[in-house]
Amino acid sequence: MYSRYGWLGQLWRQVVVWLVIGFAVFPVIWIFSASLNPSDTIMGQALIPKNATFAHYVELFTSTDHPFGLWLWNSIKVAGISAALTVLLASLAAYAFSRFRFRGRREGLVAMLIVQMFPQMLAMVALYLLLLKLGQYVPWLGLNTHGGLILLYLGGGLGFNAWLMKGYFDTIPRSLEESAMMDGATAFQAFLRIILPLSRPILAVIFLLAFIGTYSDFLLANIMLTSRDQLTFAVGLRIFISGMYSTRWGAFSAASLVGALPIAVIFYLLKDQFVSGLTQGGVKG
Amino acid sequence: MAHPISSPRPSRPGISFAGRPLALLAAAVILALGAWACVYLYLRGDRWIALILFLGLLATVYVFTSPRVYPLRYIWPGLVFFVLLVVYPIGYTVYSAFTNYGTGHMLSKSQAVQQLQSALYAPPDAKTFTFTAFGDPKGKIVFLLKGADGQLLLAQDGRVKPLSADDPQPVSKDGGQTYERLGDLPAIPPLKLIARLSQLQNQTFAYGESVLSISSLNQFSEMRHQYKYDPQRDVLTNLATGKEYRPKDGYYTSADGQTLSPGFTSRVGFYNFTRLFEDQAIRGPFTEVFIWTLVWATLTVVIQLVAGLALGLLMNDPYLKLRNFYRSVLILPYAIPAFISALVWTGLLNTDVGIINGILRHIIGFNIPWFQSPFWAKVALFLVNLWLGYPYMMLIILGALQSIPGELYEAARVDGATPGQIIRTITLPLLMTTIGPLLVGSFAFNFNNFNVIYLVTGGNPPMVGAQTPAGHTDILISYTYRLAFEGGQGNQLGFAAAISIVIFVIVAVISLIQFRFTRLAEEVSTDYV
Repeated sequence: MYSRYGWLGQLWRQVVVWLVIGFAVFPVIWIFSASLNPSDTIMGQALIPKNATFAHYVELFTSTDHPFGLWLWNSIKVAGISAALTVLLASLAAYAFSRFRFRGRREGLVAMLIVQMFPQMLAMVALYLLLLKLGQYVPWLGLNTHGGLILLYLGGGLGFNAWLMKGYFDTIPRSLEESAMMDGATAFQAFLRIILPLSRPILAVIFLLAFIGTYSDFLLANIMLTSRDQLTFAVGLRIFISGMYSTRWGAFSAASLVGALPIAVIFYLLKDQFVSGLTQGGVKG
Repeated sequence: MAHPISSPRPSRPGISFAGRPLALLAAAVILALGAWACVYLYLRGDRWIALILFLGLLATVYVFTSPRVYPLRYIWPGLVFFVLLVVYPIGYTVYSAFTNYGTGHMLSKSQAVQQLQSALYAPPDAKTFTFTAFGDPKGKIVFLLKGADGQLLLAQDGRVKPLSADDPQPVSKDGGQTYERLGDLPAIPPLKLIARLSQLQNQTFAYGESVLSISSLNQFSEMRHQYKYDPQRDVLTNLATGKEYRPKDGYYTSADGQTLSPGFTSRVGFYNFTRLFEDQAIRGPFTEVFIWTLVWATLTVVIQLVAGLALGLLMNDPYLKLRNFYRSVLILPYAIPAFISALVWTGLLNTDVGIINGILRHIIGFNIPWFQSPFWAKVALFLVNLWLGYPYMMLIILGALQSIPGELYEAARVDGATPGQIIRTITLPLLMTTIGPLLVGSFAFNFNNFNVIYLVTGGNPPMVGAQTPAGHTDILISYTYRLAFEGGQGNQLGFAAAISIVIFVIVAVISLIQFRFTRLAEEVSTDYV
């Protein structure tokens, strides 16, 4: 459908593309500039700041009022642990669904997908009360704890992730495990020593997808976490800036960039996997 | 589904701990902990939780020892979490949608009765006593009371009794005006009690039919229980007025309509659903929120689709220079967590100090009230969501464009079709079959796009005169959130749960359409390729 065109055709296309690029990168460039601007006000910010300084970045990790370093660490900790546990639980279940034939298998797979259609956040009231109750017996799983929040995130994508992983396991030939079992390995050993090492790519992708999803969650963390030192980055950033754009713009910009960086790096490293995953409606190896 | 496992079948052993002392130890510790927790919960009175935990433990033991259900061992850990965190909350949401659960109705009925029964009132003929406290100001305190008739009483361990000869005797230097000691205990000067006063005031001492408690730094007063509960008739009687209260709509209510706080959780049937349509003060805002949610999700998808389509066609153009570099730059918004982008955009669009209005002031000479006017707030949301969402559209369209076989274009060109005709008759129809299901998915996602709405406008500007907290840009999910956790009238949890269910039904219908669509798309595309 495309045909060769002259310099005029090339020109207007280039102009359009650059306009869109301007739209895309403008907010990022603008807050990068603001983060280097010595003043904290949003007014009178120049694109290229005079007396550029890293003071705002230093402030992020030294201020005791708004401990961004701690919040970032909380986010990474919560997202990392829940992503790791999600991979563990999902891979175990996926192995059973992929390798064994048992009564209720089909129904289980269908039920998993149907139940997962109900967005977890719709049950926010019930989840809040669940943690409230749980905290009365197990304090570190209650409201305002990271344990409780991790627990909630485990439920979020378990069914969906198990489903994705099962699809991948199905593509691994059985002959490998069969020969191991001939040599006396149990099914569990085959899972541990053969299937898991062979599925490293999907395990990594699911880990990172779960990590990004959890890291970016605002709703549940906002409901469950209350005290300053427990907040995740998302909740902390929002509380920090709410209504104070005119006085905290510089520090906010620096915090935003620092918070976005880990996710952006992961995203660009895994770009190709994400893109192929998007078009197939799921990630395949 | 697929093929049964060929031989050799995986061995399905029972659990053998031979040679695995650590595994044995772990299993023993888990079982012991579980058993201890069961007993603990049972003794605390949480019989149902204890029973469920006990059955869960039994099931776990069965799953991990019986060879018959071997595959279940792998699913079990995930299943436990799935039931606890997905299935149970859904069930609970459905349940509470049919109750009045929320502020004022948090307690169960028996808890509410218990609390009302402990309520006290001061009768008009209440007796008062002066008192002296003895003991340790921070520890145990014994009170010596003196009535108007000069009788001495001893208040300790929640009871009041006349001072008898067996008790420690008070020592006074001024003939009973003030006391220095009670037996071995020194008197506490009243000023030292101030720090503990509020705590001491909650201590009550039974005194016949009444109770006594501290009413000021030097006085004990008589109080009476205000309500008497008759479990047979389920009636609370106000002992001061003789009025009777019966349970009705989550409150104990008298014949003349007076209600007692706290109320209790009670089933209200479909009330939470019917009030969406019948209660004038709710129907108006709810309808507006509902319509805006649909407009928001639909228009967002259309806007993002148009932008994604234009960019996808451009980026797929083999003659465009630097297009691989452009692609990487254009997906930048997709690489940043949405909550950060949303907050940044809120700053850029800030009416007074944001850069966007700063630029506009130069060009058109005045500010746009991005977050103050309902119309502009909506425009702002579409703008932000365009920035957030066009890379996704562009990526899926690029993927879909590449899957259209080149021969089709060749054939069309041979037949003399113009580029416009080719796009209209080949590219777009084929594209839609591939991305159609993804568009439905995108609609469902934006239908519940809490982050963008809540972080950019917070649902504001608020609707004037709405009985429930609602704003002009609230979508159903943010409305639910505000009802449950931000209400000016407390947390309306039952009502919020009912709206959750409305949302779920809509999302379920959308997903159903999506499944159909996918199947349709598969059939169509296999016809072509």
